Amino acid sequence: MNKENNLKGWLYLLPAILFLGFFMVYPLVDVFVYSFEEGYNSASQTFFGVGLYNYSYVLHDPYFLQALKNTFILVIITVPLSTIIALLISVGLNSITPLKKLYQTVYFLPYVTNTLAVGLVFMILFKKTAYTDGLANLILAWFGKGPIDFIDGPYWAKMFVLCFYTIWVVMPFKVLILTSALASVNQDYYNAAKVDGTSPFRIFRKITLPMISPMIFYLVITGFIGAFKAYSDAVALFGTNLNAAEMNTIVGYVYDMLYGDSGGYPSYASAAAIILFAVVFTITLINLSISKKNVHY
Amino acid sequence: MTTFDRIERASRARRTTVKTITYVLLTFWALMVLFPYYWMLLTSIKSYSAYNGEYVPTFFTLQPTFENYVSAFSEVPLARYFLNSIIFTVVTTGLMMIVIVPAAFAFARLEFKGKNLVFSLFLALMMIPNELVIITNYQTITNWGLRNSFAGLILPSVTSVFYIYLLRENFAQIPDELYNAAKVDGTTDLKYLTRVMMPICKPTIITIVILKVIECWNSYVWPRLVTDDPSFFLVSNGIQEIRENGFGRENIPAMMAAVVVISVPLIVLFLVFRNKVMAGVSRGGIKG
Repeated sequence: MNKENNLKGWLYLLPAILFLGFFMVYPLVDVFVYSFEEGYNSASQTFFGVGLYNYSYVLHDPYFLQALKNTFILVIITVPLSTIIALLISVGLNSITPLKKLYQTVYFLPYVTNTLAVGLVFMILFKKTAYTDGLANLILAWFGKGPIDFIDGPYWAKMFVLCFYTIWVVMPFKVLILTSALASVNQDYYNAAKVDGTSPFRIFRKITLPMISPMIFYLVITGFIGAFKAYSDAVALFGTNLNAAEMNTIVGYVYDMLYGDSGGYPSYASAAAIILFAVVFTITLINLSISKKNVHY
Repeated sequence: MTTFDRIERASRARRTTVKTITYVLLTFWALMVLFPYYWMLLTSIKSYSAYNGEYVPTFFTLQPTFENYVSAFSEVPLARYFLNSIIFTVVTTGLMMIVIVPAAFAFARLEFKGKNLVFSLFLALMMIPNELVIITNYQTITNWGLRNSFAGLILPSVTSVFYIYLLRENFAQIPDELYNAAKVDGTTDLKYLTRVMMPICKPTIITIVILKVIECWNSYVWPRLVTDDPSFFLVSNGIQEIRENGFGRENIPAMMAAVVVISVPLIVLFLVFRNKVMAGVSRGGIKG
């Protein structure tokens, strides 16, 4: 190992280090600095003092509390539901041979589609206007219910659409991961169980589930993280003014504080982002400790 | 009929029932996935008056029209958004490759002081969520006067630690003997990288490019923060702008035409590279 080699190594790394330094490491330090600077003024770049005021402001802001509530409801509904549905679909997919590829291709489509664009389609399907009740209400009418305005109507209706759309969007990734996990379970176990005449349900509970439990937990953890960061799905359905729609999320609150009509407060945004990070971090740690007890590697 | 036959027949009947139920459920979900796409295509070929005349939506149309596609391109700057997204995607992906390939090479092949320490730091950065750094990046780009410019859009989107990691793992699998042989022949490191390593790792490189293209095409948050001039909007922001200020009236068929236009490129990309996209996402895509 000589000097020339040292220099060359660093030279190859230089572009990556520059980019990461400017746009990841420095901002990471800076966000904590911002969050403690009280009364920061974007225009003059000055502040009054240092302390925890930003955190207390954010935690007392009704918009933030609304966003926190929305995000938690979204997480609690969509993470378990999408994982269970994805598991059912994957087990189904793995048990068939004809048309399997076609189904897999179709199920993956939402992953490669622009969330904002398809969200607009969902909005139209659920929206009730003066000209039409929309398709969702047509279906409700078949069962003698409705009409309900899912986009500008009651809170639970809007939350329903948001959860529905979120599940629709996250399903491809989960189905993909679970299908490949199921396909990689050693067939010998199944054959042995069949020889013993084990019932299919018991096979699923005693062999399949334990064998794919690491992947299920991986999906639960990434699902929690992803759902806590929900934002663009909500924008797609309810427009950019999420506070007015009562449908803001924590990430949405961060961006609203930063930019737009209510923006210009990077300190509040930073404090909210750090609170979000702390919540996600805690939940991930809890998930990891649960998975240590229940996952069979 | 023996007992064996009876048991055999009963079990076959049960298997058929289970298969049927499986197919029905799978088809149900497939329809759930496909329906929004069908609806956007269908709405985009209904005329404005026909669409607004339907109090009860119809599931098909007998008078398809392309006028919505014409107005999507003529009444709103859809072509502009489209072009911006193409420029953004191509330049960002290209720059990213220029940054990550040498870095992955250095980590996989070169020996130098501090390599392991830097690599660990890089891995630690993978856990940093974008939401934490975006606030300062927004301030930085604003201070540099790069709002409403391609530089401002592209620069913070260039690097990805995860792709450096993915590529390094692949580079590291190439046996040392090849490198030593090339060294004996007097091949320079750069030449070895571009002539030997990159061709061998072409599948991984293609996967990374595809994943980055998907990410760029769909990116919404950062472009929304740094652009408020519609002439720099990407498709996601464009569609939001069309929705909020669009055609001067609630012209939903034309909106749907715009949605179709911006959805098609990625769907085509996916159908062409189906296996590569799915393999790549299962190795490293995170969305959910």
